[in-house]
Amino acid sequence: MTPLFIVLLPLIGVLLPLLFDRFGRLPCTLSAAFPTLMALGMLFSMGPAVMAGEVFVISWPWVESLGLNLAFRVDGLGFLFALLILGIGALVIMYAHYYLTNDDPIGRFFAYLMLFMGAMLGVVLSENVLLLAFFWEMTSLSSFLLIAYWSHVPAARQGARMALTITGLGGLGLFAGLVMLGNMVGSYDLSVILASGELIRAHELYVPMLLLVLLGAFTKSAQFPFHFWLPNAMTAPTPVSAYLHSATMVKAGVFLLARMHPALAGSSEWFFIVTGVGLLTLVFAAYVALFKHDLKGLLAYSTISHLGLITVLFGFGTKAAAIVGVFHIMNHAAFKASLFMTAGIVDHECGTRDIRVLGGLKKYMPITFVLALLGSAAMAGIPLFNGFLSKEMFFYEAWKLPLMGDYPWLVPAIATLGGLLSMAYSVRLVYDVFFGEVGETPKKPHDPPFGMMFPVGVLVAICVAVGLFPEPIIGPLLTAASAAVLFGDPGAIDLSLWHGFNAAVVMSLIAIFGGTLFFTQRARLYVLADKIWPDLTGKKVFEQLVEAVATAMRTITSTLENGSLQRYIALLLGFSVLAAGLPLVRFGIEPGPMAMTEIDFVSVVMWLILVVCSLATAILHQRRLVAVIVIGVVGLVISLAFVQLSGPDLALTQLSVEIVTILLLLLALFVLPKSTPHEGGFTLRQARDIVLAAVAGLGTALMAWLVMTRPLESISRFHLENANYPVGGGNNVVNVTLVDFRGFDTMGEISVLLVAGLGIFAMLQGLDFKYVEGTISRARDRYPVMLTSFSRPLLALIILISIYVFFRGHNMPGGGFIAGLITSVALILQYLASGIDWASERMRINFKLLAAAGVMLAVLSGMVSWLAGLPFMTMAVQFSLPVIGEFNVVSTLFFDLGVYLTVIGSMMVILSNLGHLGQIEEEYDENERLTEADPWKP
Amino acid sequence: MLKIALLIAFGLLSMALLMNLYRLLKGPSTLDRIVALDTMYINSIGVIILLGIYLRSDLFFEAALLIAMMGFVGTVALSKFLLRGNVIE
Repeated sequence: MTPLFIVLLPLIGVLLPLLFDRFGRLPCTLSAAFPTLMALGMLFSMGPAVMAGEVFVISWPWVESLGLNLAFRVDGLGFLFALLILGIGALVIMYAHYYLTNDDPIGRFFAYLMLFMGAMLGVVLSENVLLLAFFWEMTSLSSFLLIAYWSHVPAARQGARMALTITGLGGLGLFAGLVMLGNMVGSYDLSVILASGELIRAHELYVPMLLLVLLGAFTKSAQFPFHFWLPNAMTAPTPVSAYLHSATMVKAGVFLLARMHPALAGSSEWFFIVTGVGLLTLVFAAYVALFKHDLKGLLAYSTISHLGLITVLFGFGTKAAAIVGVFHIMNHAAFKASLFMTAGIVDHECGTRDIRVLGGLKKYMPITFVLALLGSAAMAGIPLFNGFLSKEMFFYEAWKLPLMGDYPWLVPAIATLGGLLSMAYSVRLVYDVFFGEVGETPKKPHDPPFGMMFPVGVLVAICVAVGLFPEPIIGPLLTAASAAVLFGDPGAIDLSLWHGFNAAVVMSLIAIFGGTLFFTQRARLYVLADKIWPDLTGKKVFEQLVEAVATAMRTITSTLENGSLQRYIALLLGFSVLAAGLPLVRFGIEPGPMAMTEIDFVSVVMWLILVVCSLATAILHQRRLVAVIVIGVVGLVISLAFVQLSGPDLALTQLSVEIVTILLLLLALFVLPKSTPHEGGFTLRQARDIVLAAVAGLGTALMAWLVMTRPLESISRFHLENANYPVGGGNNVVNVTLVDFRGFDTMGEISVLLVAGLGIFAMLQGLDFKYVEGTISRARDRYPVMLTSFSRPLLALIILISIYVFFRGHNMPGGGFIAGLITSVALILQYLASGIDWASERMRINFKLLAAAGVMLAVLSGMVSWLAGLPFMTMAVQFSLPVIGEFNVVSTLFFDLGVYLTVIGSMMVILSNLGHLGQIEEEYDENERLTEADPWKP
Repeated sequence: MLKIALLIAFGLLSMALLMNLYRLLKGPSTLDRIVALDTMYINSIGVIILLGIYLRSDLFFEAALLIAMMGFVGTVALSKFLLRGNVIE
């Protein structure tokens, strides 16, 4: 259980800072620190076992059909990363408490930070790779939120967007890669994947899968050419930079390389891609760092460079190199986080972090100076610091690399160059900020409060201690982590300070002295760089690319979506014709063996009426009221056809829907023009539409004919045979299908109906039509006495019928949907006959609530089956309760009642609100409106 | 005997429906069309009842009942629109 709690604690901790925000800054900080420290404690409790080589794997089924399990794994590597995340996390929380000002919403900050912490822990402790991808996305999102924390700064928003785009792109690639990987191995569990390295490397899809996974790793770890999001993410508050963008999140990429090392590494593709990209990033970023005048920018490029170094080490694919990679991950996290915090202190106390302005701070900030000096020494790889150890080992591995054939000097040379540049920018960082002339800073510099220096001090102390006594301090952890990366015994790791005079020592000496020399010549280099440095930054390229994509998409969208309904329908129909037509051409249009039904006179008349009225609707469509009447006939004939073809349920539904449609159209027609303007002449578009409509209509008829002349075994036989007790518990197969077999569909549909009703309600709010053009009143009497006195008794009668239709629904034609429509028509009739005021005074039901209650009832009735341990929506359930004994419940009735209520509620919300739209408030002018008193006039 | 009577009734109702269709299309006034639609509802009820007798089934009775009710509401709504220019006020 412990691994689950370690991940869950920070995620639960997301809420605490938001709740404690109101009690002040300190409680808020403590509320974030508390879950962090608790998780850290739990992690420590697992420490001894992990150091002893134990691997904890726990798993709960989540979405088993997709292979997604809630599975966690704590091995040496996961432990190491969790330690970094929680340890540095705790220090960053303390630092942030002092760093953020009173104006910054601190609760929000810590909530985001905890979200990130939980997500990152999820990444490093996942056993299931799909779960890993899930948490991976979460880190991208929380990083986005944290970079854009000062959302009023445009650069922060741009930086956040860029980071999300790049890492999100990589996340998608990673996801695809992991799915491919899972398919190759047949499992998404790391235990299986890590053990099948040979199978994976021999697979034909190995290279595409590798590229996708590496895309994820390289974007996250800011490897060239995806590096540029990291410097732009420096707009985030410094605690975020120290935590996410140096110590943890950007390490997720190299973590992935380490995690997948047993499964993916060892091929020549892996070596050339990973090492190549790493070396390029190492040198390029170190070079750029030298020219950055922004303190955080310098550190950002330095981070990219060091990540490149780690990538190179994993790229080598050898055991020893992978161990050094893990070692450097720890060292870099310690010294880079401390340096970022130092940069934050300088920025905080001086008001600027421009290296050209800063200078001579040694005098004013002695303690900060010492901390920065020690941190930089570790970064530069000076002996007796932790950075030296891993860098020396890196040089040694580069020297020993057997894979380079005729160019054995190439990798060591590039590595030395990287070390040299690293030395140069480290010297620059210390010298230009703390030595030299005192600059004109916006604030008078002084050492910060103790709370801000303490986290830096802890990290620097680690750097020094590891540098002096590597074996006792870091040895066991490194061994355990390396064992996880190598998926086997790493053997004895030599962490001694002096290995004798070898090539690595020479390379180190060249790097240290060369770097110092390089730094002294910087003034000339700046001049040179300004001349030859192209005005081309990753940010610029990225923005142009985004702009180009957006423009292209906008063009496509505006071509397809020009607001013309005719065009949409033409595109839809045209595509359908193509999609259905191609198979028809391929398989021929031979009718099947079934005999045709006898035709009778009445049917001929009915179909004739249908065809004529359909055509008439198209021809008369410009006179909209007439079109409504004619289309009413179409609906009527279709219902009659359902009657004749033995579909009484459909007939009842069609009839009810027909009338509601007429009501709806008339209500809409009140506020719309009463006629459609002529388009003038016969256009090309009309010709196209006629052809399209004819082809689509005749094609559908043809397909129906082809299908119906063939014997067809469909699922309906199963439905017919199982509708009765005990499976369905009803005789009307249509209703049983609706409420039981396809109950999930129905539940979705009534939810849509509810949402549609609420949506229409929301859209009609605030719409007001005082006078609608083209409205003609021919009669003075708003509420004719005949109509009012006739419709009221009718209400009782119709509702009685709807109840009857509702209850018999399960065994005979009927059911909740039809009954609901009938009831709402009966209620609307009262609005129609007696007016809104009269009716709403007597119907004090909140129809919105009624519709929502209907959906709730349907869902609840679906849950009844849970009580008996059966899946959701098992409608016929057998219970056995103590005392009462066994009994059967068929919850379909309640489900159907839910449908009934939803239909009534939604229909009434829609119709009555549309009706309100037509309210003419002003005094009735008796003379003016009655100009056309003769209703018989055409 | 019943069969012959049914056939004649079917024929007459079909003729009536065709005449309704003529009035519906010809108009000339909107009211003519509304009345034509309403009459079509009534004739459809006849057809359905006859079908029920012919097939000796009472399954179709509800459809006829519903046309009677719904047809009335539809006609009322159309007439109200014609008279007042608005359905619900």
